Amino acid sequence: MEELLFDLGFVLTHYNYWMFVVLMMTGLYITVSYGNLVKKIVGLNIFQTAVFLFYVSTGKIVGGTAPILTDDPDAVYSNPLPHVLILTAIVVGIATTALALALVVRIRETYGTVEEDEIIALEHEMDAAIGGER
Amino acid sequence: MSAGLIGIAIIDILLFLFLVLIAITIARLRNLFAIAMLAGVFSLLSAGLFVTLDAMDVAFTEAAVGAGISTVLMLGTLALTVREEKPVTHSPFLPLLVCAITGAALIYGTLDMPPFGAADNPVQTHVAPYYLEQTPVEIGIPNAVAAVLASYRGFDTLGEVVVVFTAAIAVLLLLGGGGRSGRHDNVAGERKKD
Repeated sequence: MEELLFDLGFVLTHYNYWMFVVLMMTGLYITVSYGNLVKKIVGLNIFQTAVFLFYVSTGKIVGGTAPILTDDPDAVYSNPLPHVLILTAIVVGIATTALALALVVRIRETYGTVEEDEIIALEHEMDAAIGGER
Repeated sequence: MSAGLIGIAIIDILLFLFLVLIAITIARLRNLFAIAMLAGVFSLLSAGLFVTLDAMDVAFTEAAVGAGISTVLMLGTLALTVREEKPVTHSPFLPLLVCAITGAALIYGTLDMPPFGAADNPVQTHVAPYYLEQTPVEIGIPNAVAAVLASYRGFDTLGEVVVVFTAAIAVLLLLGGGGRSGRHDNVAGERKKD
């Protein structure tokens, strides 16, 4: 019966890894497919959140509770270590997002656009102008 | 055990469907203001998913930092740049192909992962039991996450503070805090003059 079409137990214990892969790939698609720099950063944040969810889900114990210790001797606690690492990662993530957004503001001041293909076209124009002066 | 798994599965899948819908809407929208607000909603919903995974501290941080500060930074950037994305001209076929191949490879990798939520997974049998047992003895507070963050792995947190400090300095240098003398280096402006 277990061998029929798919193993339900296997799907139930692995589906959430697949969910995070789908989410991560949506973020990757937004990052690589669109030329607007702000939208790329939003895509990166989605990708990053998917990684966080995946990482925290490895520490989860079914029937367990948050790792805040109680007097109940039978309590099962989820693993606190992934939570700590992801706390650090979230704060580092906002720092890199802020840096990326500051770069976008500077790029807009210098090039007058935040669209990737227009920036590349301007760069080519500048290169051609420098080559022409020589 | 099984009933618990199915209960978690229903909440998980509902929250996840919302997350994917928001992500796809972000991909399709061209109004950057709407995208910034949806990114905030995305962070808040992922905080909900963190709660179902027992990570309360992570959920708090994600709600405050992801939905709060990140949205404010995003809106500030939009105020200084543009509000509307220009339409995409190239075909989406190649990025879709790359994402599909990467996703397939990752899913192939998860087939060897230990089952979700089992108490005897490798991740649960290493140092985590030590932290849970020794936190009340050595640190004397009930929250094991805070104990690991600030004491057992305090140097990691110091490294994090260094990273945030570096990023803050870099942002200040880039934006100049009003000390920069204006738009001398404006390529687009020079081009108009020519």
